[in-house]
Amino acid sequence: MQEACCPELSSILEISDVQMHFGGIVALKGIRYAVPPGIIQALIGPNGAGKTTLFHCISGLIQPTFGHVLFEGRQIDGMLPHKIARLGISRTFQHVALFKSMTVLENIMLGRHPKTKSGFWATGLRLPAMRREERKILETARYHLDFVGLGDSANLPAGTLPLGKQRILEIARALATDPRLLLLDEPAGGLNIRETEVLGDLIQRIRACGVTVILVEHDMNLVMEIADRILVLHYGSQLASGTPMEIMDHPAVIEAYLGGG
Amino acid sequence: MNKKDRWAFVGMGLLIAVFPGVALNVKCISHYVDVMVFAGIFSLVSLGLCMLMGYAGQVSMAQAAFFGIGAYSSGILTSRLGWNPWMAMPAGAGVAALVAWIIGVPALRLKGHYLAMATLGFGVIVHIILGEEVKWTGGPSGMVDIPGLQIAGWKLTSEVAWYYMIWSVVFMALLFCLHVIYSRVGRGLRAIHEEEMAAESMGVPTACYKVQIFVFSAILSAIAGSFYTHYVTCLNPGSFNLMWSIRFVLMVMVGGTQSLWGAILGAVLLTFAGNEWLQIFSDFEILVYGAMLLCAALFLPGGLASLVPKVIGVFRNSLTHLCKR
Ligand SMILES: Nc1ncnc2c1ncn2[C@@H]1O[C@H](COP(=O)(O)OP(=O)(O)OP(=O)(O)O)[C@@H](O)[C@H]1O
Ligand SMILES: [Mg+2]
Repeated sequence: MQEACCPELSSILEISDVQMHFGGIVALKGIRYAVPPGIIQALIGPNGAGKTTLFHCISGLIQPTFGHVLFEGRQIDGMLPHKIARLGISRTFQHVALFKSMTVLENIMLGRHPKTKSGFWATGLRLPAMRREERKILETARYHLDFVGLGDSANLPAGTLPLGKQRILEIARALATDPRLLLLDEPAGGLNIRETEVLGDLIQRIRACGVTVILVEHDMNLVMEIADRILVLHYGSQLASGTPMEIMDHPAVIEAYLGGG
Repeated sequence: MNKKDRWAFVGMGLLIAVFPGVALNVKCISHYVDVMVFAGIFSLVSLGLCMLMGYAGQVSMAQAAFFGIGAYSSGILTSRLGWNPWMAMPAGAGVAALVAWIIGVPALRLKGHYLAMATLGFGVIVHIILGEEVKWTGGPSGMVDIPGLQIAGWKLTSEVAWYYMIWSVVFMALLFCLHVIYSRVGRGLRAIHEEEMAAESMGVPTACYKVQIFVFSAILSAIAGSFYTHYVTCLNPGSFNLMWSIRFVLMVMVGGTQSLWGAILGAVLLTFAGNEWLQIFSDFEILVYGAMLLCAALFLPGGLASLVPKVIGVFRNSLTHLCKR
């Protein structure tokens, strides 16, 4: 599914001194962090810590006020989101952002956008190359549909799915872009225990395909179970980082999480 | 194209095909064929505008101006410079496309409804130019003696010939639009309409798509304008003012912004309304349009097209009821 990432690179994503100011609010106060390739990197922190803001900075939806974001050694801050998607970063949204009136399959087919190129005139005229490409899009979308286990909902409007399946569908749509880095923003939000287990399993299968995953999540059981490394944000600053074991025993983290209420 | 569209396509094709046969045999509606030629011409405009409003989520208040660019390009190139009408048509469309691109690129880069404002200004400018450039456009008195159309040496003189020609063009344009909608690009457009940020993050170049659709809508309008010119064979700038742009927007809204079928339905309905049924209101016509716009927005946000499945449903229910009895 993936092209091999440049082996000499020790980090797939490098965040260097990223600051984000919203008027007077400083949502990110200079984040400096590198994500090694091929792992599940958890990003945790209390509400308002700046996790989603950091995702927006990486995926290009907002421009960091200061600092840079490097993906596979290439500077991506300042690029438009669709260009970043083409480079191999995809994401999901904290508040599910599916195309609700499109079918489940169409949602995943849309995810093939960065990897296909038929233009307006080619599609209107149904040129042969476009038809071939359309068949391939369908084929790949079905593969991803089965990969996440939504095969039986293919032709339902995405908006009619229960929340659990919507979150899974968002992941499938993101996978369809063939990302090398996948950003998941609270994928377990609103899911029950059983669904969360399935999700955890899916995320591990995604890592097994060679995709680096950054996971924002409040469900600590899930994080501790599947994350390889954890970065803790607190009011826009880095509080701690390390393996799940290290983080669990980290005094500052215990203070922030338990001391704060 | 899905199954429903295929059926609608066949159904509408049949309706359009038999219409002149019926209309010409009933005295009081025999001139409806002529009205339907205009309806077909305006359908081309509303199809393009529907793609823009319903799928790219933008409004243009300059469709009449693009229509005018097409109309006057054809008029000037054929009657003043002796061009073949079939050559003048793409030339006019090319000019409209270029202008739309120049307006669209800066206006659509920005979020929000800058396009509506930019096109509003542009529409006014075009209208003034058409009225002032007396040497080329004939100014306020317009142009006369524009040649008609010929297909393979055969002159299109009768209304029926025009009717079938223009509706064939409408069907081709509709087919083109449907193909776009049910493809990679169309999925991108629908995605923009529903969740723009998500679409952009999944690799859809949103600004670029909006510009393309806007250019496309301008091209369709200009082509419609060319047909109009060669059908009526005379021009005056009054047909290309803001009022007409509003009428085109209204066609799409009455029909249903998210439905290409609705766009055609709206064009037909409003053409009949304008040419036939609302003549008695004369100067108050604009009031009637205002009221229609208000009603469409308040009571029928999905447009007339949204009624069709409901009507079919009721029809089916009553049919099964009857059968059971
Ligand atoms: N567009 C914006 N304008 C102004 N302030 C913003 C904006 N986006 C985020 N913020 C602020 O930035 C801070 C970080 O928000 P962010 O959404 O990144 O937090 P989060 O860690 O994702 O929280 P949660 O766990 O609740 O999702 C908050 O104080 C928020 O109010
Ligand atoms: Mg968040």
